[in-house]
Amino acid sequence: MAVQFEQKTIDEFEGIAKRYPVRRAALLPALWLAQREFGWISEEAMVCVAKLVGVSPMQVMEVAGFYTMYQKNKPGKYHLQVCQTIACLLAGSEEIKKTIERVLDLKPGQTTPDGQFSYQTVECLASCHTAPCMQVNDDYHENLTPESTEKLIAELRKK
Amino acid sequence: MATELQLTKRYGVKDSYTLKVSLETGGYASLPKLFAMTPEQVVEEVKASSLKGRGGAGFPTGMKWSFVPKNTGKPVYLVVNADESEPGTFTDRYLLANDPHLLLEGIICASFAIGCHTSYIYIRGEFKQQFDRLNDAIVEAKKAGYLGKNIQGSGFDLEVYVHRGAGAYICGEETGLLESLEGKKGQPRIKPPFPAVQGLFACPTIVNNVKTIASVPWIISNGAKSYASIGTQESPGTHIFGLSGHVNQTGYWELPFGMPMMDFINNYGKGVKGKLKAVIPGGSSCPILTAKECEDLTLTYESMKAHGTMFGTGCAIIMNEHTDMAEVLKNLTHFYADESCGQCTPCREGTAWEDRLMKKILAGEATAKDLDLMLETADNMEGKTICVFASALAMPVRSFIKKFREDFEKRLIKNTVSVPETVS
Ligand SMILES: Cc1cc2nc3c(=O)[nH]c(=O)nc-3n(C[C@H](O)[C@H](O)[C@H](O)COP(=O)(O)O)c2cc1C
Ligand code: SF4
Ligand code: FES
Repeated sequence: MAVQFEQKTIDEFEGIAKRYPVRRAALLPALWLAQREFGWISEEAMVCVAKLVGVSPMQVMEVAGFYTMYQKNKPGKYHLQVCQTIACLLAGSEEIKKTIERVLDLKPGQTTPDGQFSYQTVECLASCHTAPCMQVNDDYHENLTPESTEKLIAELRKK
Repeated sequence: MATELQLTKRYGVKDSYTLKVSLETGGYASLPKLFAMTPEQVVEEVKASSLKGRGGAGFPTGMKWSFVPKNTGKPVYLVVNADESEPGTFTDRYLLANDPHLLLEGIICASFAIGCHTSYIYIRGEFKQQFDRLNDAIVEAKKAGYLGKNIQGSGFDLEVYVHRGAGAYICGEETGLLESLEGKKGQPRIKPPFPAVQGLFACPTIVNNVKTIASVPWIISNGAKSYASIGTQESPGTHIFGLSGHVNQTGYWELPFGMPMMDFINNYGKGVKGKLKAVIPGGSSCPILTAKECEDLTLTYESMKAHGTMFGTGCAIIMNEHTDMAEVLKNLTHFYADESCGQCTPCREGTAWEDRLMKKILAGEATAKDLDLMLETADNMEGKTICVFASALAMPVRSFIKKFREDFEKRLIKNTVSVPETVS
């Protein structure tokens, strides 16, 4: 079944579209709305966004593909995004990656079979002074150690 | 006497991000003075302050504003660059979260100066909390008559919108950012035309960093002369300096320009964990410095330049004696190969080559020829691309290999070591 925006999302979008002299400029906001509503950006969601913004599905696909935060696969309930850039490397991000990979038996880009956790490596999260760090969904977790990482995963599991 | 804090004075104050606290602590106080001036006078004042852009290139802000053509009949846009993605950099994030009203006040000042009535803040997608705070701040400011029509009875109208990015380092480059703001892939544009003449929606556009804009209200309130009297002649004012990596205390501090780097590391960073080996002074794109080079380095644009590097973002990454520079450079080649927008062949191919060569070096499969090839590739990446992203990898590659050659040579297949370049 094709996905569809709720009316109140459409209204919200129309409000956002008015901020720009050109409707196409509201494409990134539309993709954010789609991700919020559908959980990820499937091809169906892209078609839906294309209709809403008034551009071709190809154009949406191209743009959605360019930006890493638009999830082209369904992420887990908790999406772990571990920074692997320079300051985090110096502070031990390799250990954090190993911990996640061991505890959840995941490789970057994978999701646990129960759909609870997905895992991805990302580039500098602008939290280099509290390295190593990761984002879980929208929240930052900083000054990580292998122990605190394991504890965090255990807590999320219980939620 | 300690210098007055201009950018961080509300940090740590409870609910500092609300309009109420902002107003109680001098928020929006620059506006009466602003509206008593003409836009031209504001541009002149900012020029006289010698404020330099904090986004990395250090371009004089007042001069940039003066490039906006007059009376084109087109709208003028101010776009605030809140993409903050340069590896090692983390200070815009706190300004946005702690004091969104200071940024809005700066946006009003800058917009008035350049004749802008619609301004966009382009914020990196990961900053969801800051995105929400900014949106709340805009609603509050608008309700209280600090945004919208006829701001504080001045007759000046301004709308501010926040536009959320979605994960792409290159959108920090100002023309990539404008493309992204127009709903496209964030691929930088060929310049000229420069954004000041033809930017967002083909209209005159000024792009400025968060801290640049947040510095303006103080200048308007206190005057260019007072601003220029802080710091050094070429680097006036204050900046939020950061430290990450191997120091005992990482963090950020607002300080006047001019402090010796070693004092900064020792007094604010509580010293290096171990022995200092290297410093990347202002984000990963800046050429790396040896411990020796840091001895007489100061936190200024001019000293960084004199040492063959750049001020960049003012956030330094500190590395101790146990750091393997080959591993660090591999981390950077991976980043740049991953983040190249792919438009220019020398950049797309060059960054990928550098990364492959580093992989070979780390695997212990490289010869001295590969090291030379890295330098050659770096040369071929520069000056032939649409934006300076390619140089942002070429410069680290050259400086790492030149200054820390032994870290690379010890991983080469034996007996293939070429004559090392002299290290000055
Ligand atoms: C690859 C690349 C990434 C950049 N990223 C940022 C960034 O995240 N934030 C920023 O303010 N400027 C960034 N810049 C600099 C901008 O292009 C631009 O010079 C700056 O926003 C202008 O503002 P300023 O004059 O206030 O410094 C980047 C430049 C390049 C080449
Ligand atoms: S230099 Fe690289 S990042 Fe810049 S436009 Fe060319 S391909 Fe894109
Ligand atoms: S390097 Fe990881 S947050 Fe900056």
